Amino acid sequence: MTIRVAVIRFPGSNCESETLEAARRAGATAELLDYRATSLGGADVVILPGGFSYGDYLRSGAIARFAPVMQAVRAHAEAGGGVLGICNGFQVLCEAHLLPGALLHNAGQRFVARPVDVRIERTSTICTGLFRPGAVVRIPQAHGEGRFVADEATLDALERDNQVVLRYVPVPGSDLPHNPNGSARDIAGICNPAGNVVGFMPHPERLAEATLGDTIGQTFFASLVGAPTSGAPA
Amino acid sequence: MTFRVHVRVVPRPGLLDPQGQAVAHALAALGFPGVGEVRVGRAIELELEADDRATAEAAATAMCERLLANPVTEDFTVAVEG
Repeated sequence: MTIRVAVIRFPGSNCESETLEAARRAGATAELLDYRATSLGGADVVILPGGFSYGDYLRSGAIARFAPVMQAVRAHAEAGGGVLGICNGFQVLCEAHLLPGALLHNAGQRFVARPVDVRIERTSTICTGLFRPGAVVRIPQAHGEGRFVADEATLDALERDNQVVLRYVPVPGSDLPHNPNGSARDIAGICNPAGNVVGFMPHPERLAEATLGDTIGQTFFASLVGAPTSGAPA
Repeated sequence: MTFRVHVRVVPRPGLLDPQGQAVAHALAALGFPGVGEVRVGRAIELELEADDRATAEAAATAMCERLLANPVTEDFTVAVEG
């Protein structure tokens, strides 16, 4: 059966089209879903895309968290359904307390848009199943508020329970800081204990077709639909 | 009656506040002596219709816990005027 994906469009989302296309290329039946919807329309997986929902007013994700559709997202997550938040979507999931911690302004106080290397720390999630454990992938990211913070006890629990999904790692030969935002313990993405709710800062949908130079990002979407990748596993 | 509520939200002590650091550096560069740590938060002023002051304060506190502040990273204070 084809996996059904809903990509939510909040006011200020700006990555929904690429995300939708990536999900479709992976073989999913994917549709955009308006933030005012009160049901997910039978979707198996819901994706909260990147962007600047509600202009990042107050705090990034703080207002989107209360959009009507989020009640359905919460119910879906609690029932074990797949939820993926990319960049601003990750911020929304943290504000909604569907994931622990928070994302603050980058330590360097600048918006950072460049590829980063991240290690796949956990493959038993809805979107990393097709990666080799410990694989390092180079992937675009672009954000001003990506510094993951949580208290020490929460960070220890995340490590202990294997909830760190992506971690920034040094880039061979690069002078740039491997951690682009000062994130605690180099965390780029986390999941809930079951692995059905995942959030991360990098943008796999921006490196998901051959014309863009690499298709490594597509592996996240292929994992999402449980489909084999077109290329060899990373 | 209508109350004017002043909400002050600041980053938790101990959390890196790059905005505050940048302001501290700028103040030093302008020649202001004696400036120590600077923390930048936000002030929110709102008009609130409530029966009495205590009710207004309780409502504003609930607003902070729910939306205006993030309990993971921020502390808040509520002051009701009038």
